[in-house]
Amino acid sequence: MREIGDVILDLRSVSLAFGGVKALTDISFDVREHEIRAIIGPNGAGKSSMLNVINGVYRPQEGEVILRGEHFRRMDPYRVARAGIARTFQSLALFKGMSVIDNIMTGRNLKMKANLFQQAVWWGPAQREELAHRAKVEEIIDFLEIQHIRKTPVGRLPYGLQKRVDLGRALAMEPQILLLDEPMAGMNVEEKQDMSRFILDVNDQFGTTIVLIEHDMGVVMDLSDRVVVLDYGRKIGDGSPDEVRTNPEVIKAYLGASH
Amino acid sequence: MAFFLETLIGGLMAGMLYSLVALGFVLIYKASGVFNFAQGALVLFAALAMARFSEWLPAWTGIENPVLANIGAFIVAGLIMFVVAWLIERLVLRHLVNQEGATLLMVTLGIAYLLEGIGQGFFGNDIYKIDVGMPKEPVLVLENMFEGGILINKEDFIAALIAALLVGALALFFQKTATGRALRAVADDHQAAQSIGIPLSRIWVIIWCVAGLVALVAGIIWGSKLGVQFSLATVALRALPVVILGGLTSIPGAIVGGLIIGVGEKLSEVYLGPYVGGGIEIWFAYMLALVFLLFRPQGLFGEKIIDRV
Amino acid sequence: MFYRENGQFKTSYQSDQQIFPIAQDRWAVLAIMAFAFVGVPFLVDEYLFRAILIPFLILALAALGVNLLVGYCGQITLGAGAFMAVGAYAGYNFLIRIDGMPMLAAILLGGFVSALVGIVFGIPSLRVRGLYLAMATLAAQFFWDWAFLRISWFTNDAPSGSVSVSNLELLGFPIESPLQKYLFCLSLLVLFALLAKNMTRSAMGRQWMAIRDMDVAAEVIGIRPMFAKLSAFAVSSFYLGVAGALWGFVHLGSWEPAAFSIDRSFQLLFMVIIGGMGSIMGSFFGAAFIVVLPIFLNQFLPWLGNLVGIHISTAGVSHAEFMIFGALIVFFLIVEPHGIARLWSTGKEKLRLWPFPH
Repeated sequence: MREIGDVILDLRSVSLAFGGVKALTDISFDVREHEIRAIIGPNGAGKSSMLNVINGVYRPQEGEVILRGEHFRRMDPYRVARAGIARTFQSLALFKGMSVIDNIMTGRNLKMKANLFQQAVWWGPAQREELAHRAKVEEIIDFLEIQHIRKTPVGRLPYGLQKRVDLGRALAMEPQILLLDEPMAGMNVEEKQDMSRFILDVNDQFGTTIVLIEHDMGVVMDLSDRVVVLDYGRKIGDGSPDEVRTNPEVIKAYLGASH
Repeated sequence: MAFFLETLIGGLMAGMLYSLVALGFVLIYKASGVFNFAQGALVLFAALAMARFSEWLPAWTGIENPVLANIGAFIVAGLIMFVVAWLIERLVLRHLVNQEGATLLMVTLGIAYLLEGIGQGFFGNDIYKIDVGMPKEPVLVLENMFEGGILINKEDFIAALIAALLVGALALFFQKTATGRALRAVADDHQAAQSIGIPLSRIWVIIWCVAGLVALVAGIIWGSKLGVQFSLATVALRALPVVILGGLTSIPGAIVGGLIIGVGEKLSEVYLGPYVGGGIEIWFAYMLALVFLLFRPQGLFGEKIIDRV
Repeated sequence: MFYRENGQFKTSYQSDQQIFPIAQDRWAVLAIMAFAFVGVPFLVDEYLFRAILIPFLILALAALGVNLLVGYCGQITLGAGAFMAVGAYAGYNFLIRIDGMPMLAAILLGGFVSALVGIVFGIPSLRVRGLYLAMATLAAQFFWDWAFLRISWFTNDAPSGSVSVSNLELLGFPIESPLQKYLFCLSLLVLFALLAKNMTRSAMGRQWMAIRDMDVAAEVIGIRPMFAKLSAFAVSSFYLGVAGALWGFVHLGSWEPAAFSIDRSFQLLFMVIIGGMGSIMGSFFGAAFIVVLPIFLNQFLPWLGNLVGIHISTAGVSHAEFMIFGALIVFFLIVEPHGIARLWSTGKEKLRLWPFPH
């Protein structure tokens, strides 16, 4: 079904620091089309910072990001979103005051064209557009099996469901690259299985390239095609799950012999 | 030249008074992350208490000594500010731990209305006098350097001196005492401070007390200058740009910011005012702070905020 | 008992996206509107129009504007009064400087000028938030207070500094009597409330709320904070400008800058906090509450005082007003940040399930 293609996202020698604290040091790796690429590493290794650089939320001091052959010194969140990169968050970043439907609808934002006046009048173009996108959002709701909570304000939902809504909002963008920041953190086994299934389905059905940060090694090894390992902001391993598993430096970092 | 200097010194002294009110803002913001819009109401409340008790105490006790009356009134007013601080922590702040800054700001707006209502309802709403014996007559200085010398208001001078002393004392308190260190820890991180056993609520009561005392001193100085009346509550609005300019978390910032705003206001009023019809000092300070804000959001001495996601 | 949605099945997304999805709500709203347009004119005397209904309608419109910015987009403002002033004075200048300018056009143009000014003063919101933004809006307040007092061009060199508008008419119909003014303001309010509701339930409203709830996440899904925030400032200021022009033209007739002072700004913010942030309905509740409360206290407190034998002066009433507003602000922010509107909807929720507790 899916076939891994060329490199679409390439990070070269990215370094990022906050004041004097180095978060990332000289990191390079690439992501190929349609693959599931995992980033792993102990806490504080710089995994989330990595995603934030790709997103343009953080601005690295050095290095560049190459997206489909285009070179960027730094990314800009709006342009990244336009380029078809979506993202979920480690700490929940849903819009708490809005219902599930509205949260996912925000993901359609870039595809909606009605202007402010048309929206204020509502009847006409704005309503047609709203209905069309609502239908699309309902497909995502069906896919994620959250029909029963579609009108609930997300602030009231349990953690596991919120994670699903977060994924739904990202999917609503119909992204080509999906960045997932610990989608399974804090879940029980059953919820993890569900989430893994959704991720594989997205990758399989829509051909979406996935960059995944995850702690659960079992999940990572099962899902991903290639794995990058970070430790203290440096890259210490890169390759297939099997290669990484046997990499002595990775074993050292995880077993924590030296620190 | 002499005129310029006179304006400059006048501005510096007015600035010192702004600093005093600004100090109240900074103290509370440092310790609780609350941008205390009620600081002006606290000043009014404290001044009203001071003014009224200095009338009432002699009437009640029959002791007509003005010095004793003032000291008594100061103590009573101080106690009242303590009760106010305690009530604010008890009834309001403790229910709003970890809320957003905007919510806290709006709450203090509510507190301001409450204090203004209660203060005027209880103490009355006329114009009252505070007379702590500040000399009113102006003096001439530097007569041998400039022709005609420079006219300085003695009252302003003493007020500026008191303000400077108070600031020094607070700086010592923050740096050298255990309570001061605890306050700074709370300012850095509420939860971390709580986890090492610093009692958050007590710290907040203390800091609001200190802010209340600062308000009392500011109230006495402003009150003896302008009379105690409702408009005293609006000095907080005048002091706001000071805090923004100096940085919300910095005590020296409040001082330097106050001086800059004081001088800026006076100079702009004197040299710019005539061309645009006067009365520009209020918004001029805001515009100054606003422009500054666009280039340096954390203010002159504030800590740089790094957003981490 | 009668408040049930049993049997009301939605068969299309269109019917699911109505403003009032429950049929009983739709009927109730229609009934209230019919009463406001047809019933009230027969029942109400001039005093009530002048003292309560017209101020309520105009301030509700202004509160709506503040709510779009504060409640929906999460940007605090302490300078709402200034934008009302801009609308009023801009409208005034359009009216007197351009021959044959219709009143309604002048009011709307006042709104547009206010929107432009709103964008300018909203620019700091791109760099700063919360407390600092409050300060930028205060700057707007003090600047415009000053400008309308000291720059005589704005007041057409009126010697007293107060300006006045007379002979209002709309398409040939005079807007002179309290009833005509009431109907005029009511129509505008209904129209603008509908437009506001439409904006908040479509893409624009979601962008505002997204920025309010989690700005980083909003940016990552492609919402531009600049566009979202400035559009909120523009729309909000437009509403405030129109309300300000109405306040000057229709309610006051002649006015001075003090009509739009910082107290007005606080009052509008209080309406939104008490009424309900992020709720169109809440703006109405808040405006009604704050318009009616002082009038109520003026009647009630002296009466209560007489009952227990104390004399309560006018000043005393005004102090009580301060205390009650302050206490309510604190109360609502702690206990129910979504104001009366949330209490209302919780009540409805209970009613739907009644007599079962859950």
